Amino acid sequence: MIKNISNLGDAALYCDFGSEVNKEINRNVINHFNNLKDSNFLGITNITPSYNKLVISFDLKLTSYAKLKKQVENLELKKKNNSKNNLIKIPVCCAEEFALDIKRLQKLLKINEEKIYETFFSKNYYCYMTGFIAGMPFLGDMDKSLFAKRLETPRVKVPKNSIGVTEQFCNIYTFESPGGWNIIGKTPVDIFDNKKNTEPNLINPGDTISFYPISKLEYEKKYE
Amino acid sequence: MKKNMNKNYFEVLRPGVNSTFQDNGRNNFYHIGIPFSGAMDNRNFLLANTISNNGINNPVLEFAYQGPKLKYIGENISINVTGDVNFKIIRKNKNLKFSCYENIVLENNDCLDILSTNRSVYGYLSIGGTFEVDYYLNSCSTNTKAKIGANSGKKLEIGQIIQLKNIKKILPKNKIEYLNSKIENIRIIKGPHFDYFSKDAIDSFFSNEFNVTKLSDRMGIRLKGPKVNNIKNTNIKSEGLVKGVIQITADGDPIIMLSDHGTIGGYPKIGVVISADYDKLVQIPPGSKIKFKEINLKDAETIFKLYEMETQNLISNIK
Repeated sequence: MIKNISNLGDAALYCDFGSEVNKEINRNVINHFNNLKDSNFLGITNITPSYNKLVISFDLKLTSYAKLKKQVENLELKKKNNSKNNLIKIPVCCAEEFALDIKRLQKLLKINEEKIYETFFSKNYYCYMTGFIAGMPFLGDMDKSLFAKRLETPRVKVPKNSIGVTEQFCNIYTFESPGGWNIIGKTPVDIFDNKKNTEPNLINPGDTISFYPISKLEYEKKYE
Repeated sequence: MKKNMNKNYFEVLRPGVNSTFQDNGRNNFYHIGIPFSGAMDNRNFLLANTISNNGINNPVLEFAYQGPKLKYIGENISINVTGDVNFKIIRKNKNLKFSCYENIVLENNDCLDILSTNRSVYGYLSIGGTFEVDYYLNSCSTNTKAKIGANSGKKLEIGQIIQLKNIKKILPKNKIEYLNSKIENIRIIKGPHFDYFSKDAIDSFFSNEFNVTKLSDRMGIRLKGPKVNNIKNTNIKSEGLVKGVIQITADGDPIIMLSDHGTIGGYPKIGVVISADYDKLVQIPPGSKIKFKEINLKDAETIFKLYEMETQNLISNIK
């Protein structure tokens, strides 16, 4: 259930599902998102799910906060399970030149490199949301032994397709971008394909991701 | 692109600072991280297409500060420029001056030189015809971060050719008498994290002026002024953003998110600029000052209706 709906400016609804970050709350957010996408409520221009909030933007020429709020409050939730959600396997190369922060992590966590990767690859990760930059997935939860702070000074340029970790989350940089997450490897797979005109993003909110290690040779082959 | 592919085209002699093709923008992709984009100043975009007798979602060329210098090859074509823009046409070595908001005829070998926007940021070039551009996810709007939309997701580049199609017969002058309003107070509605800031910080936020810094572009406007002190937490769990939302960074400086903004963000939101003031907001150039005024939702909705009526009046008064 939505705990509270308020206005975000004069052309958006701010739906609050709670303050914690966990899968249960997030599945509720994504369930509302999926149902809203199928609704034909007039004037909706964007729906943005995140960990525990849902922002619904609308065209003020076509509807209003009061009207849309009533519709969202009375929304019938049809889909219980997110049947559209997939398990996606992502190869990661952890060669020294890609694992920019592995040395820092070893020091910070007092665990050796081998153990860090073993722990990282042993889990599946849930996609809470995608965004910030096009297609970037926010995944969790990391094993507690790998919780690490962001870099004190963010990198001006994180290479495209880098895998980053911080606190309970990991992500994939879909474009070269500034960023402060600890980089532990790189995937040869394009997570956001700007040449595809339908579903350009490989990972959607609610999907499950399993990472697996590949060698430098395999990485280069995938790039050919 | 090859020259002579089409008989009507512009050659880019100078691309300008940030010239991109834009239309109404891209709906319904925030959830995969693709912002709305579209023309920054919606009213001037609408007027440009209306003067050209085009559909309201026809692509236009948006420019910022210094615009492009374009050589035209082809049959006579009507064009118009909207915004507060200083431009000229160079015809057979003569400089010809024209006004914004009216159709002008461009002849073969003319050179259109868009020199600058005056005390504003964005201007628009529309043609009696259509720029031949690529579409991506139902819009031609160029988003240079995601590298999508017209011109392969890039700004205009020197030497490139812009093909034109569906050239119309020469249009009537269609002049609009319109003066872009100058800067005044920017009205906002308080945001979901208003209580993250002390009473003193809020008082200071509304009573002081903020400087628009040079770190401003289609993604956002960064402001400098009195620090907005946070008493709760300088970070929140990342959540959805909208156009016009004002985040306060960990350093205590406001950032206003604009049309190409990142779709989610982790700073507390002190407020959101009302829809009716958005077109005015984006036109405030670096070096200017902004002062915020808080209003309630009901007033914001009324002011938006008035703003819409004003736009419709301008359109119906075309001569």
